[in-house]
Amino acid sequence: MTAPAVAIKGVGHVYPAKKKSPAREALKGVSFDVEAGEIFGVLGPNGGGKSTLFKILSTALKPTSGAAEIFGLDVLKDANSVRRRLGVVFQNPSLDVKLTVKENMEQQGRLYGVRGAELSRRIAEGLERYGLASRANDYAGALSGGQKRRVELAKSLLHKPDLILLDEPSTGLDPGARRDLWTHMKDLRAAQGSTILLTTHYMDEAENCSRLALLDEGRLAAQGTPAALKAEIGGDVIVIESADPAGLGARIKERFGVAPAQMDGVLRIERESGHAFIPQLVEAFPGAIRTVSLSKPTLEDVFMHRTGHRFWVKEEEEAA
Amino acid sequence: MNFALAVTSLWEREMKRFFRDRARVFGAIAPPVLFWFLIGSGLGPKVLQYYFSGTLVLIVLFTAVFATISIIDDRKEGFLQSVLVSPASRLAVVTGKVLGAATVGFVEGLFFLVFARAVGLPAGLADYLWAVLVLALCSLGLTGIGFCIAWSMESTQGFHAVMNLFLIPLWMLSGALFPAATAPIWLRWVMRINPVTYAVLGLQEALSPGRVGGAAFASLSACLIVLAGFSAAILAFSAWLAGTGNAA
Repeated sequence: MTAPAVAIKGVGHVYPAKKKSPAREALKGVSFDVEAGEIFGVLGPNGGGKSTLFKILSTALKPTSGAAEIFGLDVLKDANSVRRRLGVVFQNPSLDVKLTVKENMEQQGRLYGVRGAELSRRIAEGLERYGLASRANDYAGALSGGQKRRVELAKSLLHKPDLILLDEPSTGLDPGARRDLWTHMKDLRAAQGSTILLTTHYMDEAENCSRLALLDEGRLAAQGTPAALKAEIGGDVIVIESADPAGLGARIKERFGVAPAQMDGVLRIERESGHAFIPQLVEAFPGAIRTVSLSKPTLEDVFMHRTGHRFWVKEEEEAA
Repeated sequence: MNFALAVTSLWEREMKRFFRDRARVFGAIAPPVLFWFLIGSGLGPKVLQYYFSGTLVLIVLFTAVFATISIIDDRKEGFLQSVLVSPASRLAVVTGKVLGAATVGFVEGLFFLVFARAVGLPAGLADYLWAVLVLALCSLGLTGIGFCIAWSMESTQGFHAVMNLFLIPLWMLSGALFPAATAPIWLRWVMRINPVTYAVLGLQEALSPGRVGGAAFASLSACLIVLAGFSAAILAFSAWLAGTGNAA
C-alpha cells in the first residue's frame, strides 16, 4: 500500500513567549490523513491554526509535538526529500516585484534543480496555460492580484510536485479570478493526478473540496466530505429571530421537547422536516416570532454544531 | 550540480536588483566619494591619499551592507519563505545572497579603485592586483557581517541603528581616518581586533607601501590571511545562523 499524501498524528505547535506576548499554543494535537488525488480543504476561522498547520506541512515551521509525514517522509527528518515533492503557494506573495514574471519563474525553477532548455520549455508551457504569456517580460510588481496568484501557482508547479499546498489561495481575489483558480486546481488533479491541500475560511470554497478538516482553536473539530459533514446534522436548520429569544426558547422546549440553541440573539433548531415544524411553531407562539427561516444545513451549521459557537464570532470579539 | 545552480541563480537576482536600480548604484558610491573629496580637499593632498583606502572600504561597506538589508524585505515580502521551503540548502541560500551582495560592493569599489593613480598613489599593475584581492575579501567579510545582523532583524529601521552604532564606528576605528601608530594604546588594541582594520591596512599597503604613517603593524600578506580567515568564519557563521530555527 502506498503511503497517504499527508499523514499527521497529534501535531501540535507552541509559539514561544516573546517580550510582549505570552507563549501561544496554536495547534493542539491535530491528526488526519489526506489520500493521494484528493483536493483536501482545511477550513477554519482566522486564528484557528490553519496557517500554523500549513507552515508545518510546507517545512517552514517545526512542529513542537507529534509527527507529520508527506508521502511517508517525515517533515523534520526528511525535510529535503519532502521539499522536492511539494509545490507551495503561500498566502503572502513570494514574487520578487523587481524581477519580471519570467525571471521569477526561472529563479524558482533553478532552486528546484530545473535548468536550461527544460526550464524554458516548462516556463513557456506554464505561462501559456495560465494566460500569462503576454506578461512574461513585465515586472511582477505590475500585475493584478489575480495574475500574481496565477504566477505563484504556475511557478510552484515547475518542478512537477506531487502535492500542492495552497494557503488561503482565494483571499484577495475577485469572484472571476477565484473561479479560474478552481478550474485550474481541478484540471491539475484530473490531468496529473496531483494531490491538493488548501486552507480556507470561505464556506463556498470548502464546498468544492473532496474532503475537509475543520480546525477550531487549534483542534480538529470535524473531518469528512462536505456532504457527509452536513448529513450529520440531519434534516433542516430553522433560525428564529425574536424580541425575547431566551423566553421563547424555554417555551419551545416546554411545548415541543426540543431545546433550541441560542446564539447571538437568535434561536437555532436542527431537525427533520423543518417545513412541517415551522407552521406549528408560528401557530403556537403568535407574535413572539419576528422572522423565521428554513435552510438545508451548511458547513457553517456543521461548524456551529461541532464547536458550539459561530464561525466568525471570535474575530469580532478580538476586534472589539 | 544543484548547489551551484541555486547559488548562481540567487547571485544573479542580486545583480539584477542592484544594477536595475540607478539610485542604489550611485547612492552607494556618491556619499563616500563626497566625504573623501571634502575632507581631503580641506586637509590637503596627503590626506586625500591617506583617506583613499578608507573611502574604498566605506564604499564597500555602504554597498554590501545595504545589499544585505534586502533580506529583511525578502522576509517581509515572502520571497525568502519560498526560498527556504525549496530543496536548495541553507548554505546555498546564504552563499548566493552573500556572494551577490559582495559582488555588488566589490564592483562599486572597483569603480573608485581606478582613480588611485590619479590622486598620486604610486600603484603599479601588481599593486592594483593585490588591492583587488583585498577588496574582494573585504567585500565578502563585510557582507557576511551585514548578513548576520540582517538575518535576525525585523525592520530595516533597526538595521540603520546598528549601522550607525556598530558598523560606522568599526570603520572609523579601522585606520581609515587615522593610523594606529598615532592612536592611544587602548584604541590601538581595539583597532587590532577590528577585522576592518586589515582591509584598510591591506589596501594602504598594496597601493602605497610604507607610506601609511608610522610602521604598519601587519604586512600585506598578514592582512590577506586575516581577511580570508575572517571571511570564511563569518560565512560559516551565516550558514549556521540560517540553518537554525524556523523559516516562518
